[in-house]
Amino acid sequence: MKIDVLYFAWIRERIGEPRESIDTGATTIRGLVEQLINSDERYAAALSDLNSYRVAADQELVNFDHKLENVRELAFFPPMTGG
Amino acid sequence: MLIRIQQDPFALADLLDGFGDGAGAVVTFSGLVRDDTGEMTALELEHYPGMTEKAVSRIAMQAQARWNLVDLAIVHRFGRLNVGEQIMAVATAARHRAEAFEAAEYLMDYLKSRAPFWKREIGADGPGAWVEAKTSDEDALSRWD
Repeated sequence: MKIDVLYFAWIRERIGEPRESIDTGATTIRGLVEQLINSDERYAAALSDLNSYRVAADQELVNFDHKLENVRELAFFPPMTGG
Repeated sequence: MLIRIQQDPFALADLLDGFGDGAGAVVTFSGLVRDDTGEMTALELEHYPGMTEKAVSRIAMQAQARWNLVDLAIVHRFGRLNVGEQIMAVATAARHRAEAFEAAEYLMDYLKSRAPFWKREIGADGPGAWVEAKTSDEDALSRWD
């Protein structure tokens, strides 16, 4: 299964790309994060501390146990600082 | 209801032209780029196109329903904004002032922690630190539970 994955702010900087298509067999976001962290140290530097960032599935904030089934777009980003 | 996510500057007065017809109270809030360190020349605001509009619309609709607002406006900018420039504004119109004030505070609390924007400080030497979210901003949401 291929999923579009987007990165914002310092997560984007650590990974070095704003977006990419990831092929995964993971069933949850947590599983995908583990796959990425094990694949390259850039992901380990950006995504190891689950408390330091947030995740959105198809543009809705979700938690890391969210199922990947039917998800087209995932985004990882730091806590928001709007306003 | 007016919601705009844009790069360009805007005038608060333009938002208020014809705003809140029939209301008893209009509250407006403007957020400006502030230099806390004495070394900042601008802020760079990144956002998540698509999700930003959805998240801000949802926050607006929640406020509208909760206080039965007569009118509501939100403008939020992105891109490079110099110190002193207006980043964003909210306006609320209600029958009574308590509702208008409360709704404006609610909008600001949720925009701070639930709208996908990220700020980075720009100094004379270029991009600096990302502005970190404050735990107090997240805590502020609990008062609306």
